[in-house]
Amino acid sequence: MSMTNEGAETISAMGGMEARSHAVMNKSRISIESVDFFYGASKALKGINLELPEKQVTGMIGPSGCGKSTLLRVLNRMYDLYPGQRAEGRVMMDGQNIIAPGVDLNQLRSRVGMVFQKPTPFPMSIYDNIAFGVKLHEKLSKAQMDERVEWSLTRAALWGEVKDRLNAPASGMSGGQQQRLCIARTIATRPEVILLDEPTSALDPISTLKIEELIDELKSDFTIAIVTHNMQQAARCADQVAFFYLGELVEVGTATQMFTSPREKRTQEYITGRFG
Amino acid sequence: MASDPEHIVKSFENELNKLRSMIAEMGGMVEHQVADACDAVINRNADSATAAVSLDPKVDAAEHEIEQFVIRLLALRQPMAGDLRQIVAALKITGDLERIGDYAANVAKRSVVLQQFPMPYTLSGLAHMTLLVQENLKTVIDAAGEGDTEKAVEVWRSDERVDDIYNALFRELITYMMEDPRNITPCTHLLFIAKNLERIGDHATNIAETIYYAVTGETLGNQRPKGDVSAYAVVRPSRD
Repeated sequence: MSMTNEGAETISAMGGMEARSHAVMNKSRISIESVDFFYGASKALKGINLELPEKQVTGMIGPSGCGKSTLLRVLNRMYDLYPGQRAEGRVMMDGQNIIAPGVDLNQLRSRVGMVFQKPTPFPMSIYDNIAFGVKLHEKLSKAQMDERVEWSLTRAALWGEVKDRLNAPASGMSGGQQQRLCIARTIATRPEVILLDEPTSALDPISTLKIEELIDELKSDFTIAIVTHNMQQAARCADQVAFFYLGELVEVGTATQMFTSPREKRTQEYITGRFG
Repeated sequence: MASDPEHIVKSFENELNKLRSMIAEMGGMVEHQVADACDAVINRNADSATAAVSLDPKVDAAEHEIEQFVIRLLALRQPMAGDLRQIVAALKITGDLERIGDYAANVAKRSVVLQQFPMPYTLSGLAHMTLLVQENLKTVIDAAGEGDTEKAVEVWRSDERVDDIYNALFRELITYMMEDPRNITPCTHLLFIAKNLERIGDHATNIAETIYYAVTGETLGNQRPKGDVSAYAVVRPSRD
């Protein structure tokens, strides 16, 4: 393909695969520099260097235990909840090392939101599921909160399905709806970065596609990192793909490059199902 | 990509091997067809002409079968990276082979017409061309089977010689036609035969480029010297 830079602009207007095929990585939003991570004495991440481009999707792939989820947990310091776990190196966001001691974790987590593998709605109404996190960080009037709830649910492509039953318990929703609710809850605090840890592994194919469509929508506002075991999902969603193995970052590149012509033999073997 | 470890799913590995052997089989058929067609022209052998023409439907059927197999592989296996390149390459190679088969059949048909004419001049240039084209075709089909990029590059480069011979033949045949209008019919057929052989050479280089991409993930680029300059050639009768 002989695409000039002028052409790239036209193509990005097309969106979808064409845009991602010719993606030029945006400037870095989060810069991971020489990060090591330890579970007690065992080293789970070894000298990771990776840039998360702003308002693009970074897919992290690799076999179980390769460190991809661990890296995601570093980015919002989820590991701080567990004694004996520690990260070294630097994770730079707006000139601040977010893994340094003294960082305000509540503030960090409102900027870097996370969605987990299994939908985890709170045992409360749909409305309160969204409002709960917002109240921790902001004082909003009832009208403002109504507006925020509607905005979040709309962005999470859920508003149409739940607008008539906002006071119903979230537990009555389908799995796919619950996961979209969790995404709505995450974006309600208006984070800058969203971390998704296998967000569709518990969902049926149509719900999965709805989440993928949502990811495509959300990247116009947010920087996204997604950990997935589903290679096709990484191929469908990600602008940039990073392959991890045994705690190391083996290769990172555009999704097109990684899935058509990976440079590293280990990537080729993993992606085509010939590992080992 | 024989050096790769086997796929975890054995049946998929078997299918990829089957695809390779289907291509090899079709390649063998087309090689035969081209050899028969060349023999028909150079040695004025009518049986070879019939053989080359009668292989055509079989080659077409092989192409169809490979296409169907590739579409199933894409739909049901969702191949990635090297596998994806190999499967798409098979689809392209099979298209090139089919065209080569068509050209060979056309050469064979023309050879039948040529046999009705005396052949007062030597066909040594054409004979040389048939040898080169057959050699390139054989090498590139071997390269496809083995994923051998060195052989592919060799074919890619040597097509220039085929083009050179073609350009010389073009001038030679026009000269014969100018010498005696009775030569026009056989020489026109010979000209088309030479052009068909030249096109066979071009498809062989296409296959070489496809193999190179399938194996390395990189393209050979556009540096290949394009040798057929007959499109610009003017041959005028001398004025003396």
